Amino acid sequence: MKTANTTHQPKLSQAVNSIEPSGIRRFFDLAASMDNIISLGVGEPDYSTPWNVREASIHSLERGLTAYTANAGLPELRKSISRYLLERFQLEYDAGNEVVVTVGASEGIDLALRSIVDPGDEVLVVEPCFVSYAPLVSLAGGTPVSVPTSIEADFMVEPDLLAEKVTDKTKAVMLSFPNNPTGAVMDNETMQRVAEVCIDHDLIVISDEIYAELSYDCDHQSVPILPGMHERTILISGFSKSFAMTGWRIGYVCAPPIYTEAMLKIHQYGMMCASTMAQYAALEALENGKDVMEEMIISYRQRRNYFVESLKESGLECHTPGGAFYAFPSIKKTGLTSAEFAEKLLIEERVAVVPGSVFGEGGEGHVRCSYAASMAQLEEATERIGRFVAKYLSGDVESR
Amino acid sequence: MDEKDVELLSIVEEQGRLSEDQLAKMIALPADEVTKRLRCLEKDNVILGYSALVDWSKTEKAEPVTAAIDVKVTPTRGRGFDEVAERIYRYHEVKALYLMSGTYDLSVVIEGESMSEIARFVSEKLSTLESVISTTTHFQLKRYKHDGFIFVDEDDQDPRMVVSP
Repeated sequence: MKTANTTHQPKLSQAVNSIEPSGIRRFFDLAASMDNIISLGVGEPDYSTPWNVREASIHSLERGLTAYTANAGLPELRKSISRYLLERFQLEYDAGNEVVVTVGASEGIDLALRSIVDPGDEVLVVEPCFVSYAPLVSLAGGTPVSVPTSIEADFMVEPDLLAEKVTDKTKAVMLSFPNNPTGAVMDNETMQRVAEVCIDHDLIVISDEIYAELSYDCDHQSVPILPGMHERTILISGFSKSFAMTGWRIGYVCAPPIYTEAMLKIHQYGMMCASTMAQYAALEALENGKDVMEEMIISYRQRRNYFVESLKESGLECHTPGGAFYAFPSIKKTGLTSAEFAEKLLIEERVAVVPGSVFGEGGEGHVRCSYAASMAQLEEATERIGRFVAKYLSGDVESR
Repeated sequence: MDEKDVELLSIVEEQGRLSEDQLAKMIALPADEVTKRLRCLEKDNVILGYSALVDWSKTEKAEPVTAAIDVKVTPTRGRGFDEVAERIYRYHEVKALYLMSGTYDLSVVIEGESMSEIARFVSEKLSTLESVISTTTHFQLKRYKHDGFIFVDEDDQDPRMVVSP
């Protein structure tokens, strides 16, 4: 029941007022209002979580394992994560005090930023990147500073540009390779030079390696493995992409104890612990899900090969994305902005892609296409994109 | 036979209808090279054939009756189980034949238009073979999954949002 004569003045924080809702949202609303769309706009695998993983979670419920876990996560899961990182990426993290299980990698990014950023601090954000980085820096009280990458440099960080952006306020740098949205991976030599910049300026590195397993042309080289980097790196990862577990919201952060203990404070007050049933699922994924993961990786690689070649045939310039499941072609020669391209492609050809501009500086002039779709969908989509691009290149637009 | 052949085989084993152009892009080889490799693999009987998995229960045509028959046989001197196996697999009705470990020797999968047709095959053709000692016939009641494909209608709507970060 409404009470008479009360007047509430909405009072939002300056921090939340200072950030915009994700640019993807508006585009989602448009795409969701249309039928018969082929969507290449999805930022998640086209697989369901492997059955053994789902079954393990069901079994955990049947056994009544529904209580809170330790704040940092189930000890056996942390041990399993620690073993997995050692075997797969030669990383050494102590399950006892260097691993915290989080509610998706997204929470991990937030924890990392909030535990290191003071008001006035600058955080270098390598863009284009996942949509949450810059807003989360702002919410933590810091100032995001964009370090753009470009197709000319295969969307790798340019070490000199990174160094130029460093000021005496710079505290940290956010990296994410393999990258969403560009699919780029860093070659070892460039990564080494980036590491040297970070060491020279004594920066903390937040490395979001959620796509680490999905690296198709070479083994993924994890940032903390480089000399001098382990002590300054907060590693973010999780199960969403590699094990097709996006909806479970389960991930982890690894770092030296000084950082994990700080993050754990925020996590224990803000979240208590990650969902218990998701933790049991994650444990099963690590212990018995790697064969299925390898099959998915092979299939992504084959679809990457097919899709990027087909995109090139459709007339778009595209670098070869070494990882993740995105291609990031340049659409500059159509004369359209990335938002116009995506909107017109959606309306005229019913193919959903995401405008590069929503992923930050360097994204304009490109669109993100996810190839986590069936071969039939990819074939049809590239045919439609080809028709669309040809129309705009020939200037035969008004006649329609 | 190299890595590319193995990759090609793994793909066509599951997706036999992809065009040679698609296959070529997927494994990063020129299209004519893929054509050449496929012809070779076919000629060498590494690829034995291409077929479709059909759910006949959804058609006008009567669904075939399928049975798995456990057969105990006496192996022949010198040729072991191969001789009797050959006599069995040559029948058109026999869809699959395996030599098994365990309590019986041969597993025969047979397809017919009716149960009586299969019963006739067992009593007239199979049991009368000299080396066959006994048969146990199991009729298939429902096909849930076959060759990696689920035959039960599941909700195959893509549960993902059309656009997500």
